[in-house]
Amino acid sequence: MGLRRTRSLVMKNMKMFTRQPAVVFLLLLFPIIVTATFGLAFGGMGEGGLTNFDVGLLNLDTTAADPRWAESFEGNLTELEGITVLYFDANESGQSELLQGNLDAFIVVPEGFGDSCTSYWNSPFNGSTWTNTTVELYVDSGSMIASSAMPPLVQQVVLSTIFGNEATTLDLPVDIGSPAMVEASTFSQWEFMAPGIFAFASIFMIMIVAQSLTVERDGGLLKRLGTTPLKSHEFMLSQVISYMIIAVIQVLLVFATSFVIGYRPATDASGLVFAFGMLLAFSLVNVGFGLIAATISKSAEIATGVSFIFIMPQMFLGTFMPLGGGAETIARIMPSNYVTEALTTLFLRGAPVTTLSVWMDLALVSVIGVVVLLMGVLLFRRYGTR
Amino acid sequence: MSSTISKHAIKIENLTKRFGKITAVDDLSLEIGWGELFGLLGPNGAGKTTVINILSTLLEPSDGVASVADNDVIFSADEVRRIIGVCPQEPSFYEHLTGRENIELFGDLHEVPKDLLKDRIDIMLQKIGLEDDADRRAGQYSGGMIRRVSTVMALISSPRVALLDEPTVAMDPVSRRAVWDFIRELKNNGMAIVLTTHYMEEAEEICDRVGIIDQGKLIALGTPKDLMEQHDAKDLEEVFIRLTGKKLREAV
Ligand SMILES: Nc1ncnc2c1ncn2[C@@H]1O[C@H](COP(=O)(O)OP(=O)(O)O)[C@@H](O)[C@H]1O
Ligand SMILES: [Mg+2]
Repeated sequence: MGLRRTRSLVMKNMKMFTRQPAVVFLLLLFPIIVTATFGLAFGGMGEGGLTNFDVGLLNLDTTAADPRWAESFEGNLTELEGITVLYFDANESGQSELLQGNLDAFIVVPEGFGDSCTSYWNSPFNGSTWTNTTVELYVDSGSMIASSAMPPLVQQVVLSTIFGNEATTLDLPVDIGSPAMVEASTFSQWEFMAPGIFAFASIFMIMIVAQSLTVERDGGLLKRLGTTPLKSHEFMLSQVISYMIIAVIQVLLVFATSFVIGYRPATDASGLVFAFGMLLAFSLVNVGFGLIAATISKSAEIATGVSFIFIMPQMFLGTFMPLGGGAETIARIMPSNYVTEALTTLFLRGAPVTTLSVWMDLALVSVIGVVVLLMGVLLFRRYGTR
Repeated sequence: MSSTISKHAIKIENLTKRFGKITAVDDLSLEIGWGELFGLLGPNGAGKTTVINILSTLLEPSDGVASVADNDVIFSADEVRRIIGVCPQEPSFYEHLTGRENIELFGDLHEVPKDLLKDRIDIMLQKIGLEDDADRRAGQYSGGMIRRVSTVMALISSPRVALLDEPTVAMDPVSRRAVWDFIRELKNNGMAIVLTTHYMEEAEEICDRVGIIDQGKLIALGTPKDLMEQHDAKDLEEVFIRLTGKKLREAV
């Protein structure tokens, strides 16, 4: 019966969206721009990560009885693929280069390094007779790749210096399997971020929902609609349908943009379809939060500010921003976090779409979506239409 | 349906509406018949909008009852909404839609048959002198144009009861004439029309019957002619002065 009314209101909303440059920007252009800029800015970073590290080396062990240990260390380090060794003769100059970002890492071979190695070989099984020294490793804390890749590399160099090159290829009864993250080191930073960016791009829908509803309310339009045969469920349905249409377009645009800039997630068509469904479910959450934001906003002017209450936590604690310990705990209640998590599993870890965890994430986001949406609808109908 | 044989288009009995300490409408009783153009007359703050809002199902009375075509405005609100066409005092419209689209939307909400709707919009736009501007965004309209669009939005469904809250306020004389003619014509189709105004000459010119309210109370009721005779006044303005001891406009 009310189909025509709902349809007519959806059409009205579509016209409203497309005729307002600011809304078009936030709903369609903004997601594209975010995807494109982040993709282009971070897409190159760390790609083939091991090929170009500049490592500073300061050898303080020149006066040792047997300088060959330190020379061997230097040799082993130089031999590593993708490492350029730059020599320093003072700690300060090396540290300063590191601080300025001209070095990815700075290594100091301490005085007594050779003696230390010799003492090991004199009695390899009696630790109490060894003279201990420490190879200092400083990494560029501004580079995610360097700080994760350098420590194991230096470890490897120290091992092969002491035990010879065969040490790393020795057959051992225990095999240390390469952890998955080793593989990840060939990803660009963009690929770590992409799942979060996709979630991020649709969060701003909250603001548009809150904005347009409060504008309609402040202009007396909701009241005026209330004098017609329009039922409130028809009105609410028209809102949800309108924003779901926007969400579909948004997701398609974001996927297309990332494809154009060369992003190829480690998944297949089914994974993309899944991601699509996930982002639609997430849009339910955002429409719901938008309704809640509209309900508690006294006027259209403050609706933008109020919607940030719902945008910010989801953005910082559930998209592409790195999370610390405490934040990670709070992030567990952020719907966006589960979106990002599932997309990461598919796009980055390359898990198949049959993986249980991504379906758990989808179920969770859908349930949260329906609950938040219902809450939003009820609250708005009860308190938001004044 | 009972509404087709209902005796009164609108029936208001002992209607009272209080906002906290303010009594906006005070024990008002009133009956309005089919085909009648009724003017609710009074200075600003008299309670006219409150009466319209109650009849439009937007406000619940504090006391008393009101019904439209025998449908109670609270218990049969859905039925009432199908019968009425409301032009609010603040002309609400969608700025980003054109005048025509705004009108079309309200036709859709009332489920006016599509082909009929299209023709009717064209006719109404022409009558009200907006055919040239109908496809411009309403956000660019002047105040008078918006009021005219708003009036058409209210009447596009050919409602059996029209509730028009100050439809001609701040309108230029030419537009006002156009709206008056438009309203008069609708009345001839048997529509009941309630129009609020604080322009006495407007009430005098077009209303069949007027009710004068002041501070929420109905203080006079009758045809403009009867009221003038009754109070030995040359116009309704004078009637108001005789009744209240104050001038209508100055009371604004
Ligand atoms: N929502 C409201 N809350 C409080 N007071 C109101 C409200 N609406 C109207 N009033 C008061 O009720 C009285 C009548 O208002 P109104 O019906 O708008 O008068 P009119 O339309 O005749 O100018 C005024 O004193 C007004 O301030
Ligand atoms: Mg008023």
